[in-house]
Amino acid sequence: MSENETSNGALVRVEGVEKVFHRGTEDIHVLADLSLRVPAREFLALMGPSGSGKSTLLNLIGGLDRPTKGSVTVGGEDIDRLSDRQLARWRARHVGFVFQLYNLMPALSAERNVELPLLLTHLSKAERKKHVETALAVVGLSNRAKHSPRTLSGGEQQRVGIARAIVTDPTLLLCDEPTGDLDRKAGDEILNLLQALNREHGKTIIMVTHDPHASARAARTVYLDKGQLGSDPVK
Amino acid sequence: MKFLPLIWSNLKRKKLRTLLTLLSILVAFVLFGFLSAIKQALTGGVQLAGADRLIVRHKVSIIQLLPESYKARMERIPGVVLATYQTWFGGIYQDPKNFFMQNPVVPEEFLDIHPEIVLPPEQKKAWLQTRTGAIVGRKTAQRFHWKIGDKVPLLAIWSQKDGNRTWTFDIVGIYDGSKKGTDTTPMFFRYDYFDEARADAKGQVGWFTIRVKDPARAAETAKLVDQEFENSDAETKAEPEGAFAQAWVSQIGNVELIVAAILGAVFFTILLVTGNTMAQAVRERTGELGVLKAIGFTNAQVVSLVLIESCLLAGLGGVLGLTLAWLVISRGDPTGILPLFYFPAHDWFVGLGISLALGLATGFFPALQAMRLRVADALRRM
Repeated sequence: MSENETSNGALVRVEGVEKVFHRGTEDIHVLADLSLRVPAREFLALMGPSGSGKSTLLNLIGGLDRPTKGSVTVGGEDIDRLSDRQLARWRARHVGFVFQLYNLMPALSAERNVELPLLLTHLSKAERKKHVETALAVVGLSNRAKHSPRTLSGGEQQRVGIARAIVTDPTLLLCDEPTGDLDRKAGDEILNLLQALNREHGKTIIMVTHDPHASARAARTVYLDKGQLGSDPVK
Repeated sequence: MKFLPLIWSNLKRKKLRTLLTLLSILVAFVLFGFLSAIKQALTGGVQLAGADRLIVRHKVSIIQLLPESYKARMERIPGVVLATYQTWFGGIYQDPKNFFMQNPVVPEEFLDIHPEIVLPPEQKKAWLQTRTGAIVGRKTAQRFHWKIGDKVPLLAIWSQKDGNRTWTFDIVGIYDGSKKGTDTTPMFFRYDYFDEARADAKGQVGWFTIRVKDPARAAETAKLVDQEFENSDAETKAEPEGAFAQAWVSQIGNVELIVAAILGAVFFTILLVTGNTMAQAVRERTGELGVLKAIGFTNAQVVSLVLIESCLLAGLGGVLGLTLAWLVISRGDPTGILPLFYFPAHDWFVGLGISLALGLATGFFPALQAMRLRVADALRRM
């Protein structure tokens, strides 16, 4: 995504989005007429009670799900118009995901986990290795590259998860409760890292969290309740 | 290739389960190898039958004898180049379980009409010079540790003039086959010695082998042979050697169908076992497959990963099983009575094809399941 693509005011534009899940004969309205703009290089926290639609909104912005109504535009690309295949390619190029439970492949070493998104590129083995080393260095885990996830602490596993998210140098990082499974100290380290990625590397970060302590690290916080924003989305 | 570590790590995840599945596939392919070798042993004669040879037997059955004098009449029939004869001797060496075929033949004619029998010239010369001489195939010679110069006593169904049924032969030659599948278990000895020494049925032989001028007209020549002896005391039934061999094998049953039925049952069971393993493996990794999709793997790539994994498992089991079968079969026929015993090269490729098909079949539904996975749902199952 170039600066030009984002020059119309926001990297992420969510316009009048509705999301309805169908369970049997019942329709569950998770998001209702929601609009949100996230400028490039912003660190945004999404807060709200369980079931408020935070993760659903994050999934829509990351192209993991499609809105029932409305549009999601990221970097000038109307992503809900992309085919499944195009959407997968788009995610590989432009988005990094960080999950609450790290979601690492337990049978792969830290460096192999970080390498996964690079397998979808045309980089050579040597180039992939270089990128992996750089990503692990950014998260401070160069010395743990060969370790398997089960030998790493929760904080270390989350740092491997972040290294995997940034290894392709995406514009947008989407973090779903990145500190939700960590103690305060490890959580702070992760938040420091996310702040550094935002400030020093220019990453746009959208972070879902329950934790006010975590949201305080963001430049802006928006609140969701019953599928609607509870504060001004364009602060 | 770059995805191989990912696929391999999935197989290594539950080592015991992978090992047991691998073993079940391996055992199935060892069985496939053995059944291929047995099928080859029983039907190999059909494939190796000379296209230019006819077998002529008594019309009633092969145990009825024919007059030796038919030879001259056969050789006068248009299209017949040469006719020679053999007779079932039915000898036992030491113990009835030591079965192998022995037939009296006319040496020069026999070697002429069977070019696949490879006998060194000096041994052929010795056979022509020794009235009690016999040549034996390499397999039987090795089985009983016989060597040239040995005297071999056989208890036969034929009595000699003095009532004695024990016949003693001098081994003067050990022959090999010019083709891989040539049967090297029989022993052949001289008809003149046999006919002179036997107590009864002199001048009677078991069956004739005819060489025809034009293999394309073999059926026509066979008809002429049968017409020649029509309405005689001993009417004949002439047929191409391949058809004769096929009829012989058919006495056991439809070997190919029996083998196919056994293998079908085995591979269907393996299909269920491996299919279940793959389905379980994919179910356990639902969340991880969701992560792969989230980071940009397309549906096609996820399907390929699952299919390659199942093909790798089936392929590995197949190659190991076929190799093990080949190694064991190469050590020789464990029964010692099969005329040939080897793993045909053609069945190697059939085996590899089956292992690939097994991989695709067992991976198909799990792959479909992985493809249909919605990312957001899958991530909730981590």
